[in-house]
Amino acid sequence: MTDTPVRAPRVTPERPAGGRSGPPRWRKVAPHLPLGIGVVVSLFPFYWMIVMATNTTEAIYRFPPKLTTGSELATNVREVLNRVDFFGSMLNTVVVACSAVVLVLLVDSLAAFTFAKYRFPGRNFLFTVLIGMYLLPTQLAVLPQFVLVSEIGWAGSLKALLLPPLANAFGIFWMRQYISRAVPDELLDAARIDGCGFLRQYWHVGLPTIRPGLAFLGIYVFINAWNDYFWPLVVLVNPEHLTLQVALAQLNTAYGTNFSMVMTGAVMAVLPLVVVFVLLARNFVADATKGAVRG
Amino acid sequence: MVADRPTGPAAVTPSRGRGRGVPGRPAGVSTRRPTRAAGDRRRRPVRSYWREYLAISPFYVVFVGFSLAPVLFTLYLAFQRWDGIGEMQFVGLDQFRFLVKDSTFWLSVWNTVVIWVLATFPMLAIALVLAAALNSRTRSVGFYRMTFFVPNITSIVAAAIFFFAVFSSQYGIVNATLHALGLPEVGWMQNAWTIRIVIALLMTWQWTGYNVIIYLAGLQAIPTELYEAARIDGANAVQIFFRITLPLLRPIILFTVIVSTVTGLQSFTEPQVLFGSTAATNPNSGGPGQAGLTMMLYFYQQAFTYNDYGYGAAIVWVLCLLILGFVILNWRIVGGNRDD
Repeated sequence: MTDTPVRAPRVTPERPAGGRSGPPRWRKVAPHLPLGIGVVVSLFPFYWMIVMATNTTEAIYRFPPKLTTGSELATNVREVLNRVDFFGSMLNTVVVACSAVVLVLLVDSLAAFTFAKYRFPGRNFLFTVLIGMYLLPTQLAVLPQFVLVSEIGWAGSLKALLLPPLANAFGIFWMRQYISRAVPDELLDAARIDGCGFLRQYWHVGLPTIRPGLAFLGIYVFINAWNDYFWPLVVLVNPEHLTLQVALAQLNTAYGTNFSMVMTGAVMAVLPLVVVFVLLARNFVADATKGAVRG
Repeated sequence: MVADRPTGPAAVTPSRGRGRGVPGRPAGVSTRRPTRAAGDRRRRPVRSYWREYLAISPFYVVFVGFSLAPVLFTLYLAFQRWDGIGEMQFVGLDQFRFLVKDSTFWLSVWNTVVIWVLATFPMLAIALVLAAALNSRTRSVGFYRMTFFVPNITSIVAAAIFFFAVFSSQYGIVNATLHALGLPEVGWMQNAWTIRIVIALLMTWQWTGYNVIIYLAGLQAIPTELYEAARIDGANAVQIFFRITLPLLRPIILFTVIVSTVTGLQSFTEPQVLFGSTAATNPNSGGPGQAGLTMMLYFYQQAFTYNDYGYGAAIVWVLCLLILGFVILNWRIVGGNRDD
C-alpha cells in the first residue's frame, strides 16, 4: 500500500484544477531526495577514506585529485604496520572490549534483574542514586579515577579500561526497563513454586528470556569500548601498551601530513567494527522483534 | 514505560509478598500466598534480603568506588592545590577566583557553546526532516536506519582524521571542489570560525543519524487516527506537521536536545585529534587562535599536561554546572508550556 495515512506530508486536501499532475508526483518523489542525500553524506566519508587509503598522498593532494580507488593499499598498510604496533593495539582493544562485554552483561543483568523483579529495603533509594549519577557528566569523575587507578598500580594496564564500563549506570537503567517488560512475573512464580532459589530464577529463567536485551547491551558496550578515546588516553601511560584509538591518534600526530598512510590506519581501525555491526546488528534487530512478540 | 510506575513490580508481582509474619525466613523458600501490601516488607529484617543485596553488590562496589566517590572527591579537589604527587593544600575558593579571571577559560567556554550551537540545531533539524521522510516509506526503512546510524559507531578519532584530511588547505577535497567550481579556496584549519564550523560539521555528521532513529520511533508512535481526523477537517501538510506532529514529538525532541547538550558540551576528541598533528601549535591548544579549545580540552590540558589537579577539578565542575544549566534551560523552552 502506498497511501497509508501515516504519510502526512502527502495529504492533498484540494486538487489543483486544470489537470496538473505535477504536485502529486513531486510529493511522491520528495521523500527520496533528503533520504538519498542522507545516505550519500553518511557513506561518502567511507568511500573517500578507502580512496585515500588505496592511493598515494601525492595522487590525492593535487589538482585535479584522483577520485577512484588505486592500487597502493598494500604499501600504505605496510607503512602503518612499520610505524605503530597496529595489530598489538587492535588485540588489546579486542581483549578489553570482549572482557567488558562479558563482565558488564553478568554484573548489570544480575543487578537489573534484582531491581526489576524483587523488592527490598532501600531499593528505590539505591536506584535513584544510580540514575542521579547517570545524569552527571562522566568526566566529572575522571581526575580521581586516574588518581585511584595510579594508587592501585593499574595505570598503564588494560585492567583499568574495564572500570568505566562496569561503573556505567546506563546498562542497569536500560536492563531494568527491559526485564520488567520481558520477564513475566508468572514465569518467576512458576519457577519459585518448582523450588528455584534466587540464583536459579536468574540463571535459568531470567537470562534465557532476556537474550535479545543482552545482545543489545553487549553491542553497545563493545562499540563504546572499541571507540573510547579519552580514558585510554589518560590511563595508558605506557606507550608500549595502547588501544587502537590511541595508537591511531599517535600515528596521526606523528605523521599527519602523510594523509594516505594515516587514512589507511583509520580505515583499518574503523572497518572491522562497522562490518561486524552491520552483520550482527541486523540479527539483533530481528531477535529483538522476536523477543517482543514472544514475551 | 515501566519506570513510570515506581510501584509496578511490587504491585503486579505476586511472589513479592513472601515471608509475611515469618521474620528471618529465607526469601527463596517461602511459599506464602501472593497478594501482599507493600507495607509487609517491614516485617522482614533487612538481613533476610541478603540475596538481593548480594546480587546488586558487584555493580555497587565498582559504582561507589569508581563513580560516586570520585565525583565527590572532584568537588573536594576543587578547593585544593595539588599536583597529584606532593601534599594537598587547602586554598578555599582560590581556584574559582582564578578561573573567573582566566581569559583562556572563558575562551574555552565560548568555543564550547558556539560549537555546540553550530552543531546541534542543524543536526536536529536535518534529523527531523530525514525521520519524516523515512516515516513516509514502508520499504527499505531498515537499510536507511542502518546507513544513517553507521557514522555514530565510527570512532571520533578516525572521523576527525578524515575531516582534517578533507578540509586541508593544500588540495583537500573540499578546497579542490571549491577550486573546480571557480570559488576561492578557504583556509579551513587556519581561521577561528572555520575551525569551529569544521568541528561542528564533524559532530553533525556523527550524531544526525542517531537522532533520526530516535525521531523515527517517536513518529511511528503517533496514532494515525490523528492524521486522518486532521485531514477530514481539511488541514494541509504544513498544518498537520506544526499542529500535530511537532507537539506530539515534543518529549522526544526534548530528549534529543538533552542528549546533544550533554554530549556536545563535553566535546574533546574532535579538537584534540584535529590539532594534534599541527606540530607548529601546542597539541592541546586547540589550533590557531585556540578556536578549537573546548572546556574538556582545557581541562585535560590543565589536569593531565600541567598536573594542576585542583584547577582541573574546578574547570570540570563549572562544565558540569554549565551542562546542568543548559539542560534546565532546554527543559523550560522545549518541554515547557505543554498545555497550550
